[in-house]
Amino acid sequence: MALKMVKGSIDRMFDKNLQDLVRGIRNHKEDEAKYISQCIDEIKQELKQDNIAVKANAVCKLTYLQMLGYDISWAAFNIIEVMSASKFTFKRIGYLAASQCFHEGTDVIMLTTNQIRKDLSSPNQYDTGVALTGLSCFVTPDLARDLANDIMTLMSHTKPYIRKKAVLIMYKVFLKYPESLRPAFPRLKEKLEDPDPGVQSAAVNVICELARRNPKNYLSLAPLFFKLMTSSTNNWVLIKIIKLFGALTPLEPRLGKKLIEPLTNLIHSTSAMSLLYECVNTVIAVLISLSSGMPNHSASIQLCVQKLRILIEDSDQNLKYLGLLAMSKILKTHPKSVQSHKDLILQCLDDKDESIRLRALDLLYGMVSKKNLMEIVKKLMIHVDKAEGTTYRDELLTKIIDICSQSNYQYITNFEWYISILVELTRLEGTRHGHLIAAQMLDVAIRVKAIRKFAVSQMAMLLDNAHLIASNTQRNGICEVLYAAAWICGEFSEHLEEANQTLEAMLRPKVTTLPGHIQAVYVQNMVKLYASILQQKEQAGEKEAAQEITQLMIERLPQFVQSADLEVQERASCILQLIKYIQKLQVKEVPVAEEVIALFAGELNPVAPKAQKKVPVPEGLDLDAWINEPPSDSESEDEKPKTIFHDEEQRHSKPRHPEMDEEELARRREARKQEQANNPFYIKSSPSPQKRYQDTPGVEHIPVVQIDLSVPLKVPGMPMSDQYVKLEEERRHKQKLEKDKKKKKQKKEKRGKHHRHNSLHTESEEDIAPAHHVDIITEEMPENALPSDEDDKDPNDPYKALDIDLDKPLADSEKLPVQRHRNAEALKTPESEVPPVEKKSKKPKKKEKKHKEKEKDKGKKKEKEKKVVEEEEEEKKEEDLDFWLSTAPPPGSAAQPQSGPQTSAAVASEPEGVKKEEREEQQEEEEEDEGKKSSKHKKKKHKKEKEEKSKDKKKSKKKHHHSEEEMAESVQNGTLDDEPLPPMSSYRLLAENPYIKTTYDIQGNLQNDSQVTVSVIFENKSTSFLKSMELNVLDSLNTKMLRPEGSSVHDGIPVPFQLPPGISNEAQFVFTLQSIVMAQKLKGTLSFIVKNDEGSTHEKLDFKLHFSCASYLITTPCYSDAFAKLLESGDLHMSSIKVDGISISFQHLLAKICFHHHFSVVERVDSCASMYSRSIQGHHVCLLVKKGENSVSIDGKCSDPTLLSNLLDEMKETLSKC
Amino acid sequence: MQFMLLFSRQGKLRLQKWYVPLSDKEKKKITRELVQTVLARKPKMCSFLEWRDLKIVYKRYASLYFCCAIEDQDNELITLEIIHRYVELLDKYFGSVCELDIIFNFEKAYFILDEFLLGGEVQETSKKNVLKAIEQADLLQESQNEDWGATS
Repeated sequence: MALKMVKGSIDRMFDKNLQDLVRGIRNHKEDEAKYISQCIDEIKQELKQDNIAVKANAVCKLTYLQMLGYDISWAAFNIIEVMSASKFTFKRIGYLAASQCFHEGTDVIMLTTNQIRKDLSSPNQYDTGVALTGLSCFVTPDLARDLANDIMTLMSHTKPYIRKKAVLIMYKVFLKYPESLRPAFPRLKEKLEDPDPGVQSAAVNVICELARRNPKNYLSLAPLFFKLMTSSTNNWVLIKIIKLFGALTPLEPRLGKKLIEPLTNLIHSTSAMSLLYECVNTVIAVLISLSSGMPNHSASIQLCVQKLRILIEDSDQNLKYLGLLAMSKILKTHPKSVQSHKDLILQCLDDKDESIRLRALDLLYGMVSKKNLMEIVKKLMIHVDKAEGTTYRDELLTKIIDICSQSNYQYITNFEWYISILVELTRLEGTRHGHLIAAQMLDVAIRVKAIRKFAVSQMAMLLDNAHLIASNTQRNGICEVLYAAAWICGEFSEHLEEANQTLEAMLRPKVTTLPGHIQAVYVQNMVKLYASILQQKEQAGEKEAAQEITQLMIERLPQFVQSADLEVQERASCILQLIKYIQKLQVKEVPVAEEVIALFAGELNPVAPKAQKKVPVPEGLDLDAWINEPPSDSESEDEKPKTIFHDEEQRHSKPRHPEMDEEELARRREARKQEQANNPFYIKSSPSPQKRYQDTPGVEHIPVVQIDLSVPLKVPGMPMSDQYVKLEEERRHKQKLEKDKKKKKQKKEKRGKHHRHNSLHTESEEDIAPAHHVDIITEEMPENALPSDEDDKDPNDPYKALDIDLDKPLADSEKLPVQRHRNAEALKTPESEVPPVEKKSKKPKKKEKKHKEKEKDKGKKKEKEKKVVEEEEEEKKEEDLDFWLSTAPPPGSAAQPQSGPQTSAAVASEPEGVKKEEREEQQEEEEEDEGKKSSKHKKKKHKKEKEEKSKDKKKSKKKHHHSEEEMAESVQNGTLDDEPLPPMSSYRLLAENPYIKTTYDIQGNLQNDSQVTVSVIFENKSTSFLKSMELNVLDSLNTKMLRPEGSSVHDGIPVPFQLPPGISNEAQFVFTLQSIVMAQKLKGTLSFIVKNDEGSTHEKLDFKLHFSCASYLITTPCYSDAFAKLLESGDLHMSSIKVDGISISFQHLLAKICFHHHFSVVERVDSCASMYSRSIQGHHVCLLVKKGENSVSIDGKCSDPTLLSNLLDEMKETLSKC
Repeated sequence: MQFMLLFSRQGKLRLQKWYVPLSDKEKKKITRELVQTVLARKPKMCSFLEWRDLKIVYKRYASLYFCCAIEDQDNELITLEIIHRYVELLDKYFGSVCELDIIFNFEKAYFILDEFLLGGEVQETSKKNVLKAIEQADLLQESQNEDWGATS
C-alpha cells in the first residue's frame, strides 16, 4: 500500500502521464489541435531528459497521439532508446511504439538489429516475446536477413510461449527474405508435430499460409496434413488445414477424392459454423476440380446445398449472407442443385439487409430457366415497386434486364411479355438506366420480327404518354426510352394502327424539352411516319387528309428548326424544305407518296458482329497479292506519303503485272504473313471456329427470330406483364396437350412450319434455342497471346518470391549464416541413397511434367507404377504421394444386415458440442514443468515427452475437481472447441547409447496388404560425426525386412544419410509380413562409424523392434451408417475388456486410442463412443467404448478373433497407464 | 488478417493494428474510408462487406466497432470469432470493459492483442494462456516499477 502511494506520487512528478494526456484532450474539445501541439512540445522536452522513465512516458504518450493521426516519426530514435531500456516496463512501451509507427522507410530501423538480437536471446521469456511481437510488425528485408537465424533457433526454444511466436514470425521473415525459407523449412515442418498444441497450430498456420500462395510446392505434405486433419480436434487448426487442402486439390484431383469423405464427416458432425462453412467451401472447391471426372458426388453436393440452406434459413444475417455466397459458387457447376431452392432465395429478396438482397440477386441470375423466368421476373418486378432507395432499385432493374437478355434471350419464350416488362420498367422514376431499357427495346424490336407489330403498338403508347415519362426531363435518365420508341415507331410504321395520332404525339411542343439527340431521332422518324401516312391516304384516295397531314408537318416543324441543338436544327430545316416541296406537288395533285416512301425503302437488318469477316472473297481476287510493287527495304518511313499517292495512280494497273512469277509471289506472301504474325497490332483473320457462310454473302444468313405467337397480339390499354404470365401458362398447358396429341401424328407432319411450330412449344431447352441464335462479339486477341494466368499475377506479389521447391535438399550455399544445420527432408525409402545435389537442379520441372502425365491416365498408370520401380529418389517421393493418394478409404464395404444393441445408441444422435472440453489446466502444468527445466535438457526434452506426459497426468488427477469447474465455465465461450489435446507422440524409443538415440514409429501401408513402414529417427547425441550407418534385423518367418534386390537376408540396409553432431534425421524401412494378427518382435543391430578428431571407431547398437498389432491398423474414417451395417453383418467376432482406475477425461481417452491405436471416432454420445479402424489386410475393427465412473469398458468386434484380443490387450496396457 | 481497427460510434479511432506494411498516408485513407462505410451500415445488416479486394468483417460491441480486413479466401466466421475472443479477453482483463478502459489503457489493449494475434495470425487460442501471459508480464512490470520506485 505504502509502495503504491509512493509510486503514485512519483507518477505525478512527471509533467503529464498518459491518463492526463487523454483526459486533457477530452477536456479541450474546442481547441484540441492547439492543446496537442502544446503537449508535443512538452514531450519534446521530456525526451531530452536522461531519465529513461520520463522518456518512456513520453513515448507512450506519443504512441497515443500517433493513433489520433499525428506524425511522430521524428521521435523514432527516442523510441529505440526506450526499446533498449533494460526494464521490461519501458522496453514494452518502446516496442509497442515501434510496432505502431516503424515501417520500411524508417531509416533508424537498422540501428535496432543488435538490440533485437539481444532481446531475442534474453533469459526473460517476456523480453523475447515482446521483441518478437514488435518485430512481426516492422520487420524489413535487412532485419529478416540478419535475424533469420536467431529466430530459427528460437523455434526450438524450451518454452512453447517463445516457440509459437518464433514459428509465427517466421512467416513474416519468409516474406521479407525468401532465401530463409528452404533452410528453415525442415524445422518448421518438425513443428507440425510439436508436443505443444499452440506451437503445432502456429506451424500449421504458417505452412498453410505459405501453401495457399504456392500450393504445388507443398503437395508432398498432403499426407501429413491429412493425418493432422483426421486427428486434430482444434477447430482453428482444422479450418486452416481444410483451407490448405482447398488450395491443393486443383493440383491433384485424387487428393480431392480422398478428402470428400472426411470432409463430409466433418460437415455432418461439427457444431461450429465456421468449420462447417470452411468444409462446405472446400468440398465445393474439390467438386469443382473434380467436376469432369467424378460424376457420382451428387450426394456431397446435396449435403452442401442442404447445409447451406440451413445457413440461409438462419435468423443470423451473417450466416444468411455466407450461405448465399457459397451457394453462388455451387451454382457455377451444379446449377440444378441450387435451382431447387429458388423459393428460399426469392425469400431473401425480402430481407432487410441490402447486401443479402444483392447476393440473392446474383444467385437468381444463374437460376433462371425457360420455365421459371417469368415467375422470377414477376417477383423481381414486385420488389422494384417496393424498393426504397434508387441504388438498389437500379440494381434490380439491371439485374432484370441481365437475367432476361442473357445468352441471347435464351430463356425468353414470349417476347410480348418481355416488351411489356420493359414498358413497365419505364415507369420507374429517377433511374439512371433508361438507356439500358432503350437498348433492349431496340434490340428486341429489330431482331424479333414477329414482335414488331406489338412492339410498335407499345411504343406508340409510350410516345403518347411521353409527358408521364419525361415530366422532369433533364435529370431523368428514363426519357432515353423515347429515343427507342420514336425510332421503332418510325422504322416499323407500317405496323402502326393509329399513325396520325402517333405523329401528332411526336409533334407536341413538349418534345422540344427533350435532350437533343432524342429530338433528332424524333424529327427523322416523324418523316418516316409521315411518308407512310401519306401513302396510306393516297391509296385510299383521301387527298384532303393527305394535305392536312402535310400542313400539320409544316406548321409544327419550325419549332425544331429553332432548336439550339445543331443536329435537330439541321435535320428539321432539311425536312421542312422537303415537305414544303411535297406540298407544292400535292397542290398540283401529283401523287408523291411513292417517291417519299422510297426515301426510307429497304429493310434495316441487324448485322452480326462478324458479318464483315464472313463476306466471301470473289473469285479471282487475291487479297494477298501486291497491288503494286512493294517498296524496297531501304525505303524509310518518311517517304510513305508519296507512295500513297503513287498507290492510287497505279491501282488500275494491277492486271498489267502478270510477269511476276508465281514463285516470287509465294515467297512474298509468306514473308508478309510472317510479318503480320509478328506484328501484335495487326488484327488477324483468325480462322473462325464457326462455319463460314460461303454461299450467302448478303445479310440473309443473319438469324432473325421467327416465332409464331399463339397469343393475341392486341392487348388493350397499357399491358401488364402479369397477363402474359397467365397466358403463357395456359399456352404451355395447351401446347403440352397438343404435343401429346401430335406425337401420334408426328410422322405425317414431318416437314415445314408445322414441325417448327410444334417444336417451339416443347419446353426442352434445345428445341427453341436455334431460333434465337445471334452471333456474339468476342474479344479479339493477337494470335501469339499466351493463354497463361501469368497476367493476373502481380509482379510485385510478395508471395511470388516464396515459390520455392522445398523438397530439394539444401545446398551449402543456401544455409543461413552462422547456424550449421543439415536436417534434410525425411527420406522415404530405405533403398534410396542421398543423391548428389547437382543432380537435383532440374527437378521441379520434371516433377511437374510427371504430375500432369499422371493425372491424365491415373488408372493405367497405377499398374505401371508398380512395375517401373524406383529409379531415382525424387521419383520415389513422387510415388509416395501417389501411393498415398491412390489408397482411397474404404467405405464400409462389407455391409450386411443384422442387429446390434449398441449401434442404435451410437447412431441415435449427432454428437453436437461434444468436444467442448477444456484442457487448459493440463497445458498450464506442462508449461510450468517446462519452465522449471534447465536449458540443459533442451534437446532431450522432446524425446522425454512421454515421461512428462505421465507426470502431467498424475498432477491432473490431483487437480481434477478444479479442472471440472473450468469446464463448466468454458462452455459459454462460443462455438469453438479450441482447447486441443495434450501432446502425444507415436515415436517410441528403439535403442540408445552415448552416441546415438533412435526412436521409431510403425505405419501400416494401405496399398500393400503385407507391408508396414518403420520410420526411425536417428539423433546424434555425441560431438562426433556419425557415418556409414547400417541397419540390420534378424528376419523371422513371418516378418522380413524388405531389402534391395540381389542382397542376402543377412545384409543390412545403409541409412541414407550421415549425422553431424547434434543433428537428427529420419529414415524409413519397409517390412513385409504374412500374418498380422499377432504382435511381433524383431532383434536387430545398428552399426555405424564414429568419426572425430582422434580418428574413427566402429560402434554397434542392438535393438528390439516391436510390431504391435496397432501398427497394422490404419486410421480409416467410417460413416455411422456403414458402421452400423458392419456391426449388423454378423461376420465379426466379439470380445471385451474393462480397465479400472481411469481418471483422464473421456475426450483424452478417445484421443489416446485414436492416436496410439490408429482408430477414428465414428460417433460419440456422452460418455460412449463408437470407433473404427481397419488393418492393412482389411480386417474391420469396431469398438464401443463406454466410460463409467472410474473405469472404461471396451467392446470390440473384429473379423479376426486373435487380432481383436491382441489389440484389446494392447489397449488395456495403454489405458492402464492413464 | 491485414489489419484491425477499433473505432467509436462517433468515428473516433480507438485502436489500430496493421499487419501489412503501409504508409501512414495510406493507413489514414483506409481508416477514414472504412469508418465511414461501416458507420453508414444499418444495425440489422450482416457483418461482412466486400471492400476493394478485401473482405471486411466488423462487429459492434456497445459503442465500439471492431473491424478486421481479411483476404478473399479467409473465413469470415472465424474472423468474427477472433473479434469476439478479443472482446472477451478485454472484458476479462479489465472486468466488463468499456470504451473508456480502452482509451485510458490503450497500451494494455495492444498488449493483449499482441498476445492473441501475431502478424495477423492467431497465436494463442486459449484465453487463459493469453491472460496468464499478460498477467505475468504485468507482474514483471509491477515489480520492476516497485524496484524503481524504491531506488529513485
